[in-house]
Parts: sequence; structure tokens; C-alpha cells
Amino acid sequence: MKEVRARAEGRKIGESLIIQTAVRILVPFIQIFGLYVIVHGHYSPGGGFQGGVILGASFVLLALAYDLKFSLTHMSERVNLIFGNCGALIFVGTGVLTALFGGLFLDYSALDKLIPLGPIEWRSFGIFIVEVGVGLAVMSIMASLFWDLSSDGELDEGL
Amino acid sequence: MELIVAKYNYWIYVVLMMVGFYAMIGKRNLVKKLIGMNIFQTAIILLFISAGVKHGSKIPIVDKYEALEKGVDVASIVNPLPHVLMLTAIVVGIAVTGVALAILLRIYREYGTLEEDEILEKLGK
Amino acid sequence: MKALALVASLVTGAILLYGTMDFPAWGDPQSPAATHLATYFIENAVEETHVPNLVTAVLGDYRGYDTMFETVVIYCAGLAVISVLRRSRKP
Repeated sequence: MKEVRARAEGRKIGESLIIQTAVRILVPFIQIFGLYVIVHGHYSPGGGFQGGVILGASFVLLALAYDLKFSLTHMSERVNLIFGNCGALIFVGTGVLTALFGGLFLDYSALDKLIPLGPIEWRSFGIFIVEVGVGLAVMSIMASLFWDLSSDGELDEGL
Repeated sequence: MELIVAKYNYWIYVVLMMVGFYAMIGKRNLVKKLIGMNIFQTAIILLFISAGVKHGSKIPIVDKYEALEKGVDVASIVNPLPHVLMLTAIVVGIAVTGVALAILLRIYREYGTLEEDEILEKLGK
Repeated sequence: MKALALVASLVTGAILLYGTMDFPAWGDPQSPAATHLATYFIENAVEETHVPNLVTAVLGDYRGYDTMFETVVIYCAGLAVISVLRRSRKP
């Protein structure tokens, strides 16, 4: 009993064991759902932007239920920005690659010369590659915006 | 009166837009101005989405094999173009809000207030 | 000042409402927005890209340039937020 009370007093305002446990169980499912929304954008409502926002929201949820430091142990700022750079690079790189293979910029059917799948299938697959890039960039920027705005740029203590 | 009922959707957007417009030019607090900008943007997004509606049409996701064999009936699918434009507009709106909040935090750090006239007073010294 | 703002927004609202007189009615299939370019996308997008979700097809393929620079915009926004807020490291 004494232990429980000591833990309750040591805890900061707004931190609750129930919420923390629920969030810990929920976050992997949210991230799986975000990936599903990104890769299933061809056949259902979804795509890079929506899935990226869901992925970013999972880190925001961690930062809200625990604290900012805890969410930074799961996704450090450095790795997060590398993801964002990779996302933007995938998109622009795909465009440059299509131009190098003799098509117009972002005309995915030109990639048929790289791996022969057929020009129409490449247009479908090119959209998929681009959506993954968009999803990575949006996830990184959403998490980064929340971390920086909630801690006034210090990244030490959030809301 | 008939005109209002026939085009009531535009009345909603204009009222919403003017709420945002008044908040942007009438309020002194910078955060309230930002909220007004977001309301304004929401009105524009709703206007564009309503431009894509057709009576008795379905969402713009079709059956692939059926569409390849028979083609798609244009009247049965809503216009996908406003959806695409507004999808990008929403994300750009989030980016704009983020940068604006960052600048507001910086202003607060510099002047200690977000009231416009107090900032102008401190600037005028 | 607030009265001036109120008058300005009311006048602007009245002008905008006057402008909506020429707009198409709600759900009109023959509206100008639905007859020019959207017809091409609805008829040909599945055939040309094999993507059943027309919004994704238009977003990723036909308007790929738009989407690319939009990604650049949010990327720049993230960098701007970091560079505006981050203080120089204390010695």
C-alpha cells in the first residue's frame, strides 16, 4: 500500500497507469494500421498522406500518455529526420530515375526498361513507390512538428 | 427565398468564411487570428468538395476488372479532382499552421505577449 | 476598429453571396467542374494505370508534379519549425 502511494505521488499530473498501459498496447496496432492505409491506398480510401498522419499520431500519442523523453526513446529525432529525408528523396529520386530512363519526369512507364513488368503495371507500381515516400515524409514531419512545438524547441519536457 | 433554398450550401460556406475573415481582421490576439485562418480554410475546402458532388453517385473507387471490361459510367462516380486538390490543400494547411505556431512561440519568447497592440507598443519604443 | 472589421466582412459576404447566383446547384451532374477534365480521369484512369482508387491515380500519376512539390512544402515546413524554434546550444 505504501509503495502504491509513493508511486502515485512521484507521478506527474495527468499520468495514469490505465492510460499508459492502454497506449502501450494500442500503439503497435495503430502503426500497423498506418502501414496498411499507406500500402492499401490503391484499393481503398487511403494513401501516403493519411497513413503518414496515422503513423505520426502514434508517436504523438506516446508523448501525450508518457512524456516527451519516452517517445524520443522509441523514435529518436535523428532517426526521424533521416526517415523524412528518405521520404522526400524517394519521391524526387523516382522522378529523376524516370527521366534518366528516357521518359518524362514522373512518367513511371519509362521504368519498364529497368525491370520489364509492362508499362501500365509500372504506372501502378510507381504510384505505390511514391506513396511510400510521401508516407515516410509526412510521418516524420508530423512527429517533428509536435515535438518541437510542444517543448518550445528544447525537446526536454513536453506538455 | 427560393434562391436561398436552392443554393443553401453556398450560404453555409460564405457564413463560415466570413466568420474566419472577421476573426482574421477584427481580433487583436494572434492565436485568434490563426484560428480564424483555419476556419477560412475549412470553408474553402468545403466549397471545393461540394463542387464535386453529383446526385446519386458513388465514391470514386471502382471495381477494377469490371471497369476494364465495360468502362466506367461518368455520371455514376463523383468528381475525383476536387478530392485530390483538397487532399493536398489540407496537408499544406497543416504545414502552414505548424510554421505559424512556431513563429507565434518565437514572438512570445521575444516580447512576452501575443496581443497585437502590446507588441506594436514594444516595437515603437 | 471592430465595427469597421464587421462592416468589411458583411460587405464581402454580401458580394460573395451575389457571386453565388451564377454557381451551379447542389449535385448538378452538368456543372462546369464535372464536365471538362474530370470526365477524362473517370473514363481513362483505370485503363491507363490499373488503379481502382481514382483519387490515388490522379494524385500519384496525373498530378505527380503537384504532389511532389507538396511533399517538398511540408518538408520545408518541418525544417522551418525546427530552425525557428531551436536555440543555439549552450556552451
